[in-house]
Amino acid sequence: MFKTYKNLWWGLLGLVLLSPLGLLATGTAFGEWGMDELVDEVGFIPTGLAKFADFWQHILLPDYTIPGMEGSFGQSAAGYIVSAIVGVLLVVLVISIFYRMARD
Amino acid sequence: MHIPDGYLSPQTAIPMIAVMVPVLGVAANKVKNDLKKKQIPILAAGAAFSFVIMMFNLPVPGGSSAHAVGAVLLAILLGPWAACLGVSVALIIQALVFGDGGILAVGANCFNIAFVMSFFGYYTYKLIKGAADKLSGRGMAAAFIGGYVGLNIAALTTALMFGAQYHLFQAADGTPLYFMYPIKIAVAAMVSEHLILAGPVEGLVTVLALWFVGKNYPALLSDSPKWINSNDKGVGSHV
Repeated sequence: MFKTYKNLWWGLLGLVLLSPLGLLATGTAFGEWGMDELVDEVGFIPTGLAKFADFWQHILLPDYTIPGMEGSFGQSAAGYIVSAIVGVLLVVLVISIFYRMARD
Repeated sequence: MHIPDGYLSPQTAIPMIAVMVPVLGVAANKVKNDLKKKQIPILAAGAAFSFVIMMFNLPVPGGSSAHAVGAVLLAILLGPWAACLGVSVALIIQALVFGDGGILAVGANCFNIAFVMSFFGYYTYKLIKGAADKLSGRGMAAAFIGGYVGLNIAALTTALMFGAQYHLFQAADGTPLYFMYPIKIAVAAMVSEHLILAGPVEGLVTVLALWFVGKNYPALLSDSPKWINSNDKGVGSHV
C-alpha cells in the first residue's frame, strides 16, 4: 500500500506533522457546539438534542485528543499528531480491503 | 460541517443512513470493478489526505471555525464514486473513534460531505476543464472552482438539514427539539463562512495537491487510462 507512491505518503506525513496548526482555530464550528457550549452559544439546550447528543459512548480519542493530555498546547499538539496517525492508519486499513478485491 | 448527534431528529438521521447504505454499496462496487489494483493505494492516500486536511481548522471571524475536505481532489484523480467512498471511510472513522460528527448523523454527514461534494465538485470541474489538460491553466482553474463549488454546495445541504429541524420539530411549548435556528440563519451562517473562507482554501488545497501529485507522478494526471499499462513494465501491455 505504501510502496508504489512513496512521495504521496511522505507528503501526507508532512501534513500530519503540521496538523497541530489546526488547533490554533479555537472556535467551534457552527452547529457543532458541545453540551457545555450550548448554553453560552444558544442560551438553552433543546430537549431532543439532549436526548441523543451522547448516543455513541465509545469515542477513544475525543476531539483528536488523548484523554488526560489537554493541559498545554504541547500536549494537545502531541494528541493531535497521534490522532492523525491513528486516523490515517485506520483509513488505509479499511481501503486496503479493496486492494484484495480489485483486479490487476 | 460534521453534524453531531442530537442536532438532527431521528426522523432525519435514520432515513439518511438508509439512503447512504445503497449509495456506498454502489460506490464500493464501482471501486471494485472500475479501479485497478494499482489505483487502490491512490484511493487510500486520497482518503487519508481528506482525513488529515479536515483537522486543519480555519478560524472564522466571530469565533467559529471551518475546514477544507479534499473530496474534489480525489474525484479528479479517481472519479466521483471513488471519492464518495474514500471520504465516507474518513468520515465514519472520525465519527466512531474521534467523536467528530455523530453516529446517528453519519449518514447525513456522508451524504453532504462525501456524496454531494464529490459529485457537484467533480461535474463543475469537468464542465469548466472541457478538453484542456489537467495541469494547464484552465485545468487548474477548473480544479480550484470545482473544490470551491463542491464545498459550498455541501455546506448548503448541511445548512438545509439543520434548518429544516427548526421548522419541523418543536416541543409542545414551541421550543425547538433539535437544531435551534431557522433555515435562513443556518444557511447564512454556514454558506457565508464557506463562500468567503473555507471555499477558497478548498480550491487552493485542491490545486496544490493536484500540482504535487502531477509533479511526482505525471502519469496519474494523464487523461488516457493507458497510464496503468504504461507503468506496468510490460505486464498487461498485451491486454
